[in-house]
Amino acid sequence: MPAIKVEKLTKKFNGLVAVDNVSFSIKPGDIFGLLGPNGAGKTTTISMLSTILKPTSGMALVNGFNITEKQDDVRKSIGIVFQDQSLDEELTAYENMDFHGRLYRIPKEERKKKIAELLKLVGLEERKDYLVKTFSGGMRRRLEIARGLLHKPEILFLDEPTLGLDPQTRNHLWKYIQKLNTEKKITIILSTHYMEEADRLCSTVAIIDKGKIVVMDTPENLKDGLGGDTITIRSSDNEQLKQKLESLDGVKHIRLHDGTVTINLKNAEKHIAEIVNLSSSSNLSIYSVSINKPSLEDVFLHYTGRSIREEGADIKDRMRLRRKMLRR
Amino acid sequence: MDIIYTIWLRNIKRYIRSKSRIIGSLGMPLFFLLVLGFGLNSVVTVPGGGGQDYMQFIIPGIIAMSVLFTSIFSGIQVIWDKQFGFLKETLVAPVSRLEIMLGQTLGGATAAYIQGMMILVLSLFIGLSVSSVAGFLIAFGFMLLIGLCFTALGIAIASRMEDMHGFQLIMNFVIFPIFGLSGAIFPLANLPGWLKTITLADPLTYGVDGIRYGLLGTSHINPVISFAVLGTFTLLMIVFGSFLFRKIKV
Repeated sequence: MPAIKVEKLTKKFNGLVAVDNVSFSIKPGDIFGLLGPNGAGKTTTISMLSTILKPTSGMALVNGFNITEKQDDVRKSIGIVFQDQSLDEELTAYENMDFHGRLYRIPKEERKKKIAELLKLVGLEERKDYLVKTFSGGMRRRLEIARGLLHKPEILFLDEPTLGLDPQTRNHLWKYIQKLNTEKKITIILSTHYMEEADRLCSTVAIIDKGKIVVMDTPENLKDGLGGDTITIRSSDNEQLKQKLESLDGVKHIRLHDGTVTINLKNAEKHIAEIVNLSSSSNLSIYSVSINKPSLEDVFLHYTGRSIREEGADIKDRMRLRRKMLRR
Repeated sequence: MDIIYTIWLRNIKRYIRSKSRIIGSLGMPLFFLLVLGFGLNSVVTVPGGGGQDYMQFIIPGIIAMSVLFTSIFSGIQVIWDKQFGFLKETLVAPVSRLEIMLGQTLGGATAAYIQGMMILVLSLFIGLSVSSVAGFLIAFGFMLLIGLCFTALGIAIASRMEDMHGFQLIMNFVIFPIFGLSGAIFPLANLPGWLKTITLADPLTYGVDGIRYGLLGTSHINPVISFAVLGTFTLLMIVFGSFLFRKIKV
């Protein structure tokens, strides 16, 4: 049984189509990424799957339960970390966890044990009796993740988990997320507009744009689909080098370009030694070699014709951040 | 029941920690009590009051005021939960919205009740005398009902409001009229007919009159009737509040 199965899911707001006929399915144990610019429909999709919003049409099963008919079963199966903070700042970390545990009717002894265990997992056990309003952004995020795991969900939703965090904290969080996935075998759905995040964490990435899933595959396959890596070489005789290299296995394109030779091929690093040997055996000296791996950014560009960053996107982010600051 | 208790507990913890709110909400009722009480005590005689002075007369009204303000404000705090995202956390849990709403209502009512108790205790120093234990219990009952009724109203209002911008509107067009028309600071006897009609349509009137019966032993309306009317209003408010809260969007 897939952890999540979505068929033709659609959500309209006053005629505006936020999520348009989306279908996908997620294997248990996957880290599934919804990658797309702001306003692409990621949060709306997650909101529907977590029963906060009712779909306009279509069907989805979460942990085998229909999201419109078995709301309570769906809610028990999932943990969720929302895009915007959802902690009570006037309560301590422990109290926030305890509140959650009581809402999910976890018996007292088990609740205490789990809270201690999870706070340790996210490195907050020493701060457990501090009010959340004294916490930094990264600590709040970690607490929210710990809270989302308290009732042992099968599936964890993370909506833009690292939005507005500094690179170091982001790195830490990524490690936690990976650890959760491998140690606790939890299926994770994550939405993000950070390419690196999707690339580094996800076993499957669905690129979503304007409410539609444009393409979906493993990050490797998505990048390979673009024709592989690019090697750029400057040498003493580019013309001759090009001729020599044309016979090389696996080369898709080879071109002369601004005083360099560019070669498109898969797994470029495996061919570097060959290329160097070939050129030295024909007495050509190489001045420089560089390898460029395609990123998910290139994949996004390829499939949508736009760059994910040029959305002017970040106005919404900035407002969000400003709101976060004001809360302090 | 444990879910309702959980939500109640959170509300109480928040209330107890907000020292500034506790002190702040004492300000206005105390101001009214002292200014009106001492200011008008010598010039006003209460008709049909059985010899009590004006200071004593308004104490129940000011207690009711304190409960009213705190309870509506507690209800409206749902807006903060909505804005700060905490409401989402509650709404995706496998619990019914009715339980959440009842927990919020009880939490708000409890805070309001404590706030009213503080005024009551302070009043003991400025002329309120203990008549009987039963009287106190009656007053407590009415205070609780006022708290429940108006917390539910606050939640109903909050369910329809996006943010706190409308708060002035609520203050001026809901809270003050309910207080002003309740007979908290004037006796119901000898009112002009039209004003009396409006006053009798205000649920707080029955609360104030009930507390007055409990604390001073005098009332304009039969306390049983007051209890029945206020109780019915409270039930209606809870139903109304639950209905709107069910449809709340986050």
